[in-house]
Amino acid sequence: MSLLELTNVQGGYGPVRVLHDIDLAVEEGHVAVVLGANGAGKTTTLRAISGQIHARGDIVFDGRSILGRSPEAVARLGIAHVPQGRGTFTELTVEENLRIGAINRVDGEVRSDLDRWYSVFPRLAERRRQEAGSMSGGEQQMLALARAMMSRPRLLLLDEPSLGLAPLVTRELFAQLGDLNRNHGLTVLVVEQNANLALDIGHWGYVLEAGRIAVQGDARQLHDDEAVRKAYLGF
Amino acid sequence: MQLFVEQVINGIGNGLVYGSVALALVIIFRTTGILNFAQGEMALFSTYITWKLASESDGFGLPIVAAIGLSMAIAFVAGALIERVLIRPVEQARSPLNVVIVTLGLFLGLNSVAQLIFGTDPQLMPSPFPEGNVELFSSGGDAVVISKETIGLIAVLVAECILLWLLLQRTNLGLKLRAVASNPGSARLHGIRAGTMLMLGWGMAAAIGALAGSLVASQRTGFDGSLMQIIIVYAFAAAALGGFDSLLGAVVAGLIVGIADALTVQYVDAFEGIEVVVPLGLILVVLVILPNGLFGRRTVERV
Amino acid sequence: MSMPSDGTGATVEPALGTLPETAAAPAAAPGERPPLWPPLPRPVLFARIVIGVALSVVALYAPFYFTPENNRIISQAIYLSIAAMGLNLLTGFTGQVSIGHGAFFGVGAFTTAILMVDHGWTFEATIPVAAVLSGLVGMLVGFPALRVRGLQLALVTLALAVLFPRLASKYVEGAGGVALLRPRRAEFASLIDGLDDDQWAYFVCLAIAVVLFVLAWNLVRGRMGRAMVAVRDQEIAATTVGVNLAGTKVGTFALSAAYAGVAGSLSVMIDRIADATSPILYLQRSIEFLVAMVIGGAATILGPAVGAFLLVWLRRNTEDLIEGKEILAPAIFGAALIAIVYVLPEGVVGGVRRLLARLGRRSAGSVARPAPASASDVPNDSINPGGTHDEGT
Repeated sequence: MSLLELTNVQGGYGPVRVLHDIDLAVEEGHVAVVLGANGAGKTTTLRAISGQIHARGDIVFDGRSILGRSPEAVARLGIAHVPQGRGTFTELTVEENLRIGAINRVDGEVRSDLDRWYSVFPRLAERRRQEAGSMSGGEQQMLALARAMMSRPRLLLLDEPSLGLAPLVTRELFAQLGDLNRNHGLTVLVVEQNANLALDIGHWGYVLEAGRIAVQGDARQLHDDEAVRKAYLGF
Repeated sequence: MQLFVEQVINGIGNGLVYGSVALALVIIFRTTGILNFAQGEMALFSTYITWKLASESDGFGLPIVAAIGLSMAIAFVAGALIERVLIRPVEQARSPLNVVIVTLGLFLGLNSVAQLIFGTDPQLMPSPFPEGNVELFSSGGDAVVISKETIGLIAVLVAECILLWLLLQRTNLGLKLRAVASNPGSARLHGIRAGTMLMLGWGMAAAIGALAGSLVASQRTGFDGSLMQIIIVYAFAAAALGGFDSLLGAVVAGLIVGIADALTVQYVDAFEGIEVVVPLGLILVVLVILPNGLFGRRTVERV
Repeated sequence: MSMPSDGTGATVEPALGTLPETAAAPAAAPGERPPLWPPLPRPVLFARIVIGVALSVVALYAPFYFTPENNRIISQAIYLSIAAMGLNLLTGFTGQVSIGHGAFFGVGAFTTAILMVDHGWTFEATIPVAAVLSGLVGMLVGFPALRVRGLQLALVTLALAVLFPRLASKYVEGAGGVALLRPRRAEFASLIDGLDDDQWAYFVCLAIAVVLFVLAWNLVRGRMGRAMVAVRDQEIAATTVGVNLAGTKVGTFALSAAYAGVAGSLSVMIDRIADATSPILYLQRSIEFLVAMVIGGAATILGPAVGAFLLVWLRRNTEDLIEGKEILAPAIFGAALIAIVYVLPEGVVGGVRRLLARLGRRSAGSVARPAPASASDVPNDSINPGGTHDEGT
């Protein structure tokens, strides 16, 4: 059974329907990639999962339906959503940002987790007492990722992590992501425009078009399939 | 010299009043991002409740400290309810001005309801502090004194600031409150119940206001419905001067405003009758030079 | 249509009302810039013309129908709407919140009163002077206001509103030794033979209001209007497309202050008094303008007028409602304000628009609005301290 399963999900904003029929599954320990053009509904899909918008259909996480739950409740179940724009707490320091990630944990290992992520992202360690809002886009993205990881999530939802980042930084980011998945078993659902990098670390890919899944398949195959690439992925 | 010190002490007394109300304003702002114009009237209502609890002739005759404590607890609950019922639904419509209108509506409503329930006669509020003065120094035979009440006020305010600072900066709860104030959507994605935090923020501010109002009333020879109306303006000035960011800043700014006011009354004849010019002018000048007030941190804006 | 604006990457809808005429825009020809205010569909245009004519007839006939007292009240609503419109230009369209416009109102009122009482000017001649003077003061305030943002700006303007009566009482002395001037009734006599004094006063207010509203309407539709909204919605981006930030802000400040000044000047004719003895009067005025603007509909043209009339009507009726318990009047008024903002968060005009849009959608068979493509782009990284607190739509 998949860790996350969406069946016939519809949703949108008020009177505007964006998602028409989304069937999607993410296996535990996999990286699932959702691609598609602007407006296709990628971000909306993530929002539906994390409970930020009203949705219909079935959203099942680890055997339990999470449809209709509030974002706080979904987060507490172990789903960490890194939104577009990164969701940085700009007036707070880097370290405070990270602590917020772990705010609902009751184990005593928060300190050691902080140290761990500081060593993975040394630039964050350098700036730990700095106001988070003063960091560059790339650093804030790293911060968002580390913050999400501080909650020790079972599933990580990432919305366009490469947006606004320089290519080198993006590469580094995806390398980290791949490492977390391969060596630490993190399950990831990543929405991306940068199909290349995403599919490289991915296991399964979906291509969204106008609120529906147009194509899906093994990530490597999608990456290599010329027809798919030309039609949907633009390269 | 003696007169000067006396005026400064006088100013400190008033300044503590402004600072304590400013504290409530800053708490609401730091936890919910709202300018609560009704803060003064909420404090007024709570002050009446304190009076009712403590009054031996018209009320329950509780010891004043107990009355203040109970009143603060009631205010806490009321503040949280106000946020949930009146403020949050309006804010969801996403216009900051709408919230301003609601707080203005509260401002009007609370004052008139208080007068309806408690009457318009001036009332007496017992003081929680011992009577008498403490001598600071004497110059040429006359002693310069500071009242025990003023010392008590200073102590209470300092304690408030310390406690609040500890709460906000050193506890998980405080972190949650600040997270929600900074980025409520993101906070919720981290499992923080934003709604609860907002209610807490308002509750805390209401309780602080209740304390401030009760202490202010006890300082005077009588209070009525007009207690807060001018004070709130000075309190806003103090909060703005302090930068709205900083708790201690609000109190210190309150002191500055109070002292400046007192000294102007005494020494500057040109401003006779319009002493309010000084603190207000001070605010205007300072804000223009230092837009974030004296103690506020500059918000960095990354495009 | 509300969109989440929770700082996590959604598009930001202008918080203070939408631009006028948001009906579905016809596609522009390639190479042509799409019109900001698209031409209206035929039936809507027709309806508007009919309503406009009807209202004009009513407005012209009203003063002959109502008693002088009622005419006075209507005139009050009219000058209130002028001030609210001024504030709307600054706050609704340009996003600079001011709770100090009462001060500019006061400047206008006292300019007129002083010129009339101390220097014997005729009332009508004082109006332009009042406008210019308050506009100048507005400009003076506008410059330092450039340095101050949002919240602090609101407080600075609040300080102004409290400061004004104090300054006035220092430097102005009326007949009774206090800062209170009462020009004589005869000064405001009607200049047209067929009209009574109160009717004449009404028409003066009406004429000036119409001129000023049309002026505002034109302003908002043009380049200046675009600049204002750009400043409101995304200041930094505005500078990158060549909007003169300082010029827009200061200019709008001056203009809105001038509007308030004209309103103040007119108030002297209607209320026959310029009074600075109460320290909070001009603050109350500032709040009135703000409330009128918001309940009518910020960033709309009709909003301030609707709001002003609604406000005056509410006040009259809450006063009458409770016999004996007059002390509750402010409470009921306050409750009414809260209720209005609850039910009509975009003001009356905004609410009506929404209703019409919904009806139009139903009858036109659901014109598909383009899906919010922008939901996926435009990351919203801007600082939003304690901004919107949505529950997650």
